[in-house]
Amino acid sequence: MAERSNSEEVKLLGMWASPFSRRIEIALTLKGVSYEFLEQDITNKSSLLLQLNPVNKMIPVLVHNGKPISESLVILEYIDETWRDNPILPQDPYERTMARFWSKFVDEQIYVTAMKVVGKTGKERDAVVEATRDLLMFLEKELVGKDFLGGKSLGFVDIVATLVAFWLMRTEEIVGVKVVPVEKFPEIHRWVKNLLGNDVIKKCIPPEDEHLKYIRARMEKLNIKSA
Amino acid sequence: MATEDVKLIGSWASVYVMRARIALHLKSISYEFLQETYGSKSELLLKSNPVHKKMPVLIHADKPVCESNIIVHYIDEAWNSSGPSILPSHPYDRAIARFWAAYIDDQWFISVRSILTAQGDEEKKAAIAQVEERTKLLEKAFNDCSQGKPFFNGDHIGYLDIALGSFLGWWRVVELDANHKFLDETKTPSLVKWAERFCDDPAVKPIMPEITKLAEFARKLFPKPQA
Repeated sequence: MAERSNSEEVKLLGMWASPFSRRIEIALTLKGVSYEFLEQDITNKSSLLLQLNPVNKMIPVLVHNGKPISESLVILEYIDETWRDNPILPQDPYERTMARFWSKFVDEQIYVTAMKVVGKTGKERDAVVEATRDLLMFLEKELVGKDFLGGKSLGFVDIVATLVAFWLMRTEEIVGVKVVPVEKFPEIHRWVKNLLGNDVIKKCIPPEDEHLKYIRARMEKLNIKSA
Repeated sequence: MATEDVKLIGSWASVYVMRARIALHLKSISYEFLQETYGSKSELLLKSNPVHKKMPVLIHADKPVCESNIIVHYIDEAWNSSGPSILPSHPYDRAIARFWAAYIDDQWFISVRSILTAQGDEEKKAAIAQVEERTKLLEKAFNDCSQGKPFFNGDHIGYLDIALGSFLGWWRVVELDANHKFLDETKTPSLVKWAERFCDDPAVKPIMPEITKLAEFARKLFPKPQA
């Protein structure tokens, strides 16, 4: 049965600077799936986005043969189940479970806590930085003896955790605090180097200069001081 | 399969524990139910779930699985040759079920909970209005997913039925507290009938907590300020 027929239509409504959008691009590219990328202005949402994701009105939205799927972790599982080449989730049920667990942890714990660093100062900021580091320690421990969170090769959790490698860690210089210093997190730093050794990752993450410019501009707009 | 060593750490009142129990019942898996005492966390819980320190935790052959929806996925995959399938079989249907399960936890439940924690009438009214709006979406989701069949999952209860249905006891407690019916024959006719069928299901009936017991427990968890 052909998995990639010429009539397959894959579109991705996304945003170039969003970690949730980029992770979908990584997954599709790893599997060799061609797709049409529809850049969205999240400050002025298109009628297409509102029509395809009326519940949450957010990107990313994957549209496969006209059918929309929303929520990045849901989309990633759909991609893995639909295009079977280069699986991103492990086969073993227990390992799949752990992959889902850590991915949820990255999105619901690390991301939510780390976001609170922005715009805070002094003791308040110190407390949030500490809280973020406590959470990152779990990832640090997971990486001991492994090249990637997925083991020998890039997997589901690595794709999700690019949020840490190329968003959280990139914004350190803008926010003015090293949330993930190499002395405390040698494994995470080693893992980031491994990620950068992967062609698909290199291709699919936002270009650094543009990305930093964008973040500075956004912080200015929100009246947040950057370093 | 030889008798598996399956334990579940939980409590009779927890929605999330109930999800795991329904899934185990659907697959006819025997398990040891280790009930936590309200107000304290056992050594085993803290050891098995060091990240979140929360129940439920499924322990299968000494390996812990945490997070209710992840546990349900695990039960479906690890015992995929026994009992009915809990997740739908088609990837798109699975994506839709996962999307709504995430919506129920991330958005719908948050607004339900805020009814119980509301300070004053204005806050309560606003919370009630939000739950009304979100429940309307769930009524539509039911009609779309069930396609005229008795459950979200079709002929038998499945992942999304379990995700929402486990809330039914607490939902009733909230209705009593707010003096407001959300599940109503005129507003949500499909969900009303579905709720009856769900509660009658042999995998659910023996473990659905009594409303009076739950209401009493709710008063402990959410004490009203003294007048």
